[in-house]
Amino acid sequence: MAEERSFELEIITPERSFYKNMVTMVEFNTTEGQIGVYKNHIPMTVIIKPGVLTITEEEGKKQAALHAGFATILQEKVTILAEVIEWPDEIDLERAESARTRAEERLRAGDAATDIVRAETALLRAMARINTIR
Amino acid sequence: MASMRDIKRRKGSIQSTQQITKAMKLVSTVKLQRAKTRAEQTQGYFSAMYDTVQAMLSRSGNINHPYLKGSESPKKLVILVTSNRGLAGGYNSNVIKLVTQGDFKKEDVIVVAVGKKGKDAMKRYGYDVPYDFSDIVESPQYSDAMQLSNIVLNAFAKGEVGEIYLAYTHFKNTVVHVPTLMRLLPVDKAGMEGKQETEKSPIPMNYEPDDEEALNLIIPKYVTSLIFGGLVEAAASENGARMQAMDSATSNAEEMIDKLTLQYNRARQGSITQELTEIIAGAQAIS
Repeated sequence: MAEERSFELEIITPERSFYKNMVTMVEFNTTEGQIGVYKNHIPMTVIIKPGVLTITEEEGKKQAALHAGFATILQEKVTILAEVIEWPDEIDLERAESARTRAEERLRAGDAATDIVRAETALLRAMARINTIR
Repeated sequence: MASMRDIKRRKGSIQSTQQITKAMKLVSTVKLQRAKTRAEQTQGYFSAMYDTVQAMLSRSGNINHPYLKGSESPKKLVILVTSNRGLAGGYNSNVIKLVTQGDFKKEDVIVVAVGKKGKDAMKRYGYDVPYDFSDIVESPQYSDAMQLSNIVLNAFAKGEVGEIYLAYTHFKNTVVHVPTLMRLLPVDKAGMEGKQETEKSPIPMNYEPDDEEALNLIIPKYVTSLIFGGLVEAAASENGARMQAMDSATSNAEEMIDKLTLQYNRARQGSITQELTEIIAGAQAIS
């Protein structure tokens, strides 16, 4: 049965091939919301928003913080072109925490000079990092 | 004939030059290996990106998106990737020539210089060089490419420039580097290396959000990846070019040293012969 449920997942970053294996499910955050992909999904291209990437393999789950890029979903294969992605052990928790506080403050202050979109993305990114570790 | 001392001095100076070129060759060989591996690693990302964008464009033939159409402005923005240091043979001048000897009008070109050599040369020729990113040449990071593409995309979106080009040296293999001028925006479909009729997937692709929105978000990433690919390849080409240049400089020095050694030995022989003749002549005169 295992064979029938699993599909190929490949994650590529500009600097390296990040991950390549057979998996049964992959979940991540897109511009349209959280999605989970099983085998035989309809072909789709989605844009990624910062969030936690969860890979479900036969042996267990793996998580990573996925920040930007897009994914091409085919029935037998999912390719994620990630501009920025990190495994939990590559994340600096302290830095993420301080980035979160900074972004939150900036959003709360909300004066005209702040770039709301940028602050929001920064917050999302920090949250993704923190959630990946926990 | 030059005196023995002159020849000896000349030989010494060439020998020390040879030592320098030899050392530079070794350094760039090591750097080349590293840069080459990096260039190979980025290939996967780039080709996946290329395929996706190709597939999108072949579907969205009639979308009138600004990224595909371009604006009225006659200005052209050229990202010129050169090196920070010289002694790399024709590496820098070949790329610069692409811009100066192409059919671009000097007044219409805005240069974004990546690399000191290119910046200096373009300024000397009287081009407008408002941006300088020379510090990223040595080891380009993806974030550098993002910063660069932000600037050019902004200029494009505001209509300040009508077209964006990337001038860099394509790294074909260790010995072949091709100076290349590539149009980044507007994305041109036909010009994309004739890879048009690759097998189209039988199942139509869905886009989420819709096509136009997706194009809006993916094209900047595409441009960034092209710029990053260009930077990484240029770094590899630079070291390849320098390695070649230094290799031939070393062997030229070798040749010259051989020639000078021969001359030196002749001169030495000549002076000994002359001395002997003088002594014999002197002895004969006395007796």
